[in-house]
Amino acid sequence: MSDWIEIGTLNEIPKLGARVVSRAEGDIAVFRTAEDKIFALRDKCPHKGGQLSQGIVLGDRVACPLHDWKIGLDNGIAIAPDEGCAASFPIKMEGEKIMLSTTPNDGCANK
Amino acid sequence: MKEKLVVIGNGMAGIRTVEELLKIDSDAYDITVFGAEPYGNYNRIMLSPVLAGDKTIDEIMLNDIQWYKDNAITLHSGKEVTLIDRVNKKVIADDGTEESYDRLLIATGSDPFIIPVPGNDLDGVISFRDIKDVDAMLAASKKHKHAVVIGGGLLGLEAANGLMQQGMSVTVVHLMDKLMERQMDAPAAAMLKESLEERGLHFLMEASTESIIGKDSVEKVRFKDGSEIYADLVVMAVGIKPNIKLAKEAGIHCERGVIVNDTLQTYDPSIYSVGECAQHRGVAYGLVAPLFEMAKVCANHLAKMGIGTYSGTMTSTKLKVTGIDLFSAGNFIGDDTTDELVFQDKARGVYRKIVVKDNKILGAVMYGDTIDGSWYFDLMRDGTDISEFRENLLFGQAHLGDSGHGDDNRVAAMADSSEICGCNGVTKGEIVNAITVNKIFTLDEVRAHTKASSSCGSCTGLVESLMSHVLGGDYSTAPHLKPICGCTDKSHDTVRAEIEKQEFKSIRTLMDALEWKTPEGCSKCRPALNYYLVCKFPELNLDDAQSRFINERAHANIQGDGTYSVIPRMWGGMTTPQELRAVADAAEKFNIDTVHVTGGQRIGLYGLKKEELPEVWKDLNDAGMVSGHAYGKALRTVKTCVGKEWCRFGTQDSTGLGIKLEKMSWGSWMPHKFKMAASGCPRNCAEATIKDYGVVCVDSGYEIHVGGNGGIKVRATDLLCNVETEEDVLEYSAAYIQLYREEAHYLERTAPWIERVGLGHIKEALVDDAEGRKKLAERFNFSQTFMQDDPWEERAQGAEAHEFTPIKVIG
Repeated sequence: MSDWIEIGTLNEIPKLGARVVSRAEGDIAVFRTAEDKIFALRDKCPHKGGQLSQGIVLGDRVACPLHDWKIGLDNGIAIAPDEGCAASFPIKMEGEKIMLSTTPNDGCANK
Repeated sequence: MKEKLVVIGNGMAGIRTVEELLKIDSDAYDITVFGAEPYGNYNRIMLSPVLAGDKTIDEIMLNDIQWYKDNAITLHSGKEVTLIDRVNKKVIADDGTEESYDRLLIATGSDPFIIPVPGNDLDGVISFRDIKDVDAMLAASKKHKHAVVIGGGLLGLEAANGLMQQGMSVTVVHLMDKLMERQMDAPAAAMLKESLEERGLHFLMEASTESIIGKDSVEKVRFKDGSEIYADLVVMAVGIKPNIKLAKEAGIHCERGVIVNDTLQTYDPSIYSVGECAQHRGVAYGLVAPLFEMAKVCANHLAKMGIGTYSGTMTSTKLKVTGIDLFSAGNFIGDDTTDELVFQDKARGVYRKIVVKDNKILGAVMYGDTIDGSWYFDLMRDGTDISEFRENLLFGQAHLGDSGHGDDNRVAAMADSSEICGCNGVTKGEIVNAITVNKIFTLDEVRAHTKASSSCGSCTGLVESLMSHVLGGDYSTAPHLKPICGCTDKSHDTVRAEIEKQEFKSIRTLMDALEWKTPEGCSKCRPALNYYLVCKFPELNLDDAQSRFINERAHANIQGDGTYSVIPRMWGGMTTPQELRAVADAAEKFNIDTVHVTGGQRIGLYGLKKEELPEVWKDLNDAGMVSGHAYGKALRTVKTCVGKEWCRFGTQDSTGLGIKLEKMSWGSWMPHKFKMAASGCPRNCAEATIKDYGVVCVDSGYEIHVGGNGGIKVRATDLLCNVETEEDVLEYSAAYIQLYREEAHYLERTAPWIERVGLGHIKEALVDDAEGRKKLAERFNFSQTFMQDDPWEERAQGAEAHEFTPIKVIG
């Protein structure tokens, strides 16, 4: 894929926290877990559009700040019994740098 | 190779244990289930509504055959295990099927008790235990007219009602002089009998069956006094006995049931037993709530987590007969050492009796109107001191000065379209639907499926009432001590006691030491633990931003559209032209549309973007204003009236006092938001009697009021005491806040806290114990020395900048 963008370094994101990549087509939330894994999701809860970046990160999911929906970080799919998804985006580490692709992964209409 | 788990019994207890096990560790065992009945797993308790025609068999299936396949469980349905070979660790079924096990779970349930009279094996004599029995009853009801039900207990009456609904003429034969003697006292039983008679049931009381007469099939039932009645169908419902045959033959120690310890193990440690066949601490249960608790503990041990013990269940009973409400729990008979609180209104068909000892509820029995049953049950389980509302106890929860709820508590009478959860817009119909369609039993499950009661929690009581209404006796109430959340079995109080004892300095060490079940907790427990640590060690600055809800992390309230609000403090509701000018300038500079005068005597600016917050704060800081903590579980406002300085009625300087109170207590984190007020005279213009801490000035000094709430559930304050000086007011305030901070559960306002612990407890700690009060106040003031830094100022100067700026802007 050609559209990898460098967005910053790992230590700019708090552990168990998130930062926002701001863009005209809609913000992308970038999460960092306790084990320093990183994930990128469309910053928009499938329920009522809450900003997932503002939620609490729990293991491999994030709890939406508006109504406490839990969204899986790796695929953006809401944890049952809730239904819905937030698009996930390819993200990887290159040395210290975090690289993000703004082309969402397939499988979710909430882009 | 995986270990093998064999489950004997495909009923609710066995399968619930398997479900709990799969939840914790889906990969621990190769699981095999034997079931004597040729079905998947169904909700046995719902057989009564099936018989009455209110439900179908399909509706009460819990797990169909596909579920076993999906979970890689081998199901031998229609096969009855006939031998447990403990030496070779295998079981053998009637068709010769053999399965070896590493661990075995006996969940064989119970058998109906068949009274030993001649003719009990005739055609047309059946029990009421499984789908086969229900089918037989339904078939009989189509062909025949006369049914006799032997046994006037819960099961017998449900069977009788069902058969009557199917068009049969039904006579209930009962050995005792009153119905349901295990669950009802005499007046309630009499009312129940009267009401069932009105519906068309016939009763023969104190009737002892001698024999059942008939050639091929049943024709008559004869009693010891020589009388006879005609019958085409006889249903034996005199009781159940634990099915322990297999266990007994295998040499496992049994009494009435299979003896199990607190981890549900039998005398053979590789063999477990749960449900109605098990006997724990001398009790063999016949209800579903204990079974669910057993399943949880048993699964936990099967998964080798080794935590959690079962210590018995308090049970309550409801009769599943549409239109008849009765409820009983605990010791409702009482003795010489107990008091009885009785309410009876025959004309309305309402009866309540509560048995009380030392101001605690031991048991309750209710007939006609059982809406408060779950409330009494909660008070009983929690051992709540009822002395404060004893005089109103019988009238129910709606009569506790509770103008916010009132009569809409009548959940049974509510229309399906009525809204139960106002936060998430969930109606009664949606909840009922979720319960029946998804076959769920617990409050947590209802929350997960519908979101009802998952936000502010004020409708929890209503949802619980609705659940017990829909589910009857199957409603699985929470264990004796409510855990904080699904991540732990420990209650708020237990966790706080452990923090006190083991002095954890981080959420991580706490979770590790107390064996948290999830890696990082959840959005319920993490904020609670963070608060408990911050409260315990104010000097160590342990606050973990990532364990706070966004409002407290960003020091502003997130709004529905993702923007934020900013509300600066106006001390005691006082402001100045300079402050007003700064607020106006900020509103213009940031194009704020909505400027609102709040209910707490200050001004709110709405619609700010997150990245603008530090700038707004800086402008307000420059005018001397600080964060109002309008977003926090913290001191909100101190509302005042103008007091004697201006008002002709004023008795003291309420405004000045309000400012002192606010300056003393701002910045402190609390279990929930905390509001104060000071009124200059008993006219109480500052509405001090609906605040967490309210002061009403009187000529001789100050009245101190506590535990008020103007929110969802209105509660007027209780008068704590009268004091003479402002210094006293401040000391009491500091001590009271600290007591609340140290003792209340996270997210518990002072009103429910006081209702839980009793005003007597607060008085003992603050009024009766001057030394203790001073110590509390000292601890509060010590904590405050670390708390009173304006979070806005720190952030306006660049702290936590990552919170407010994007990591990257694209395009």
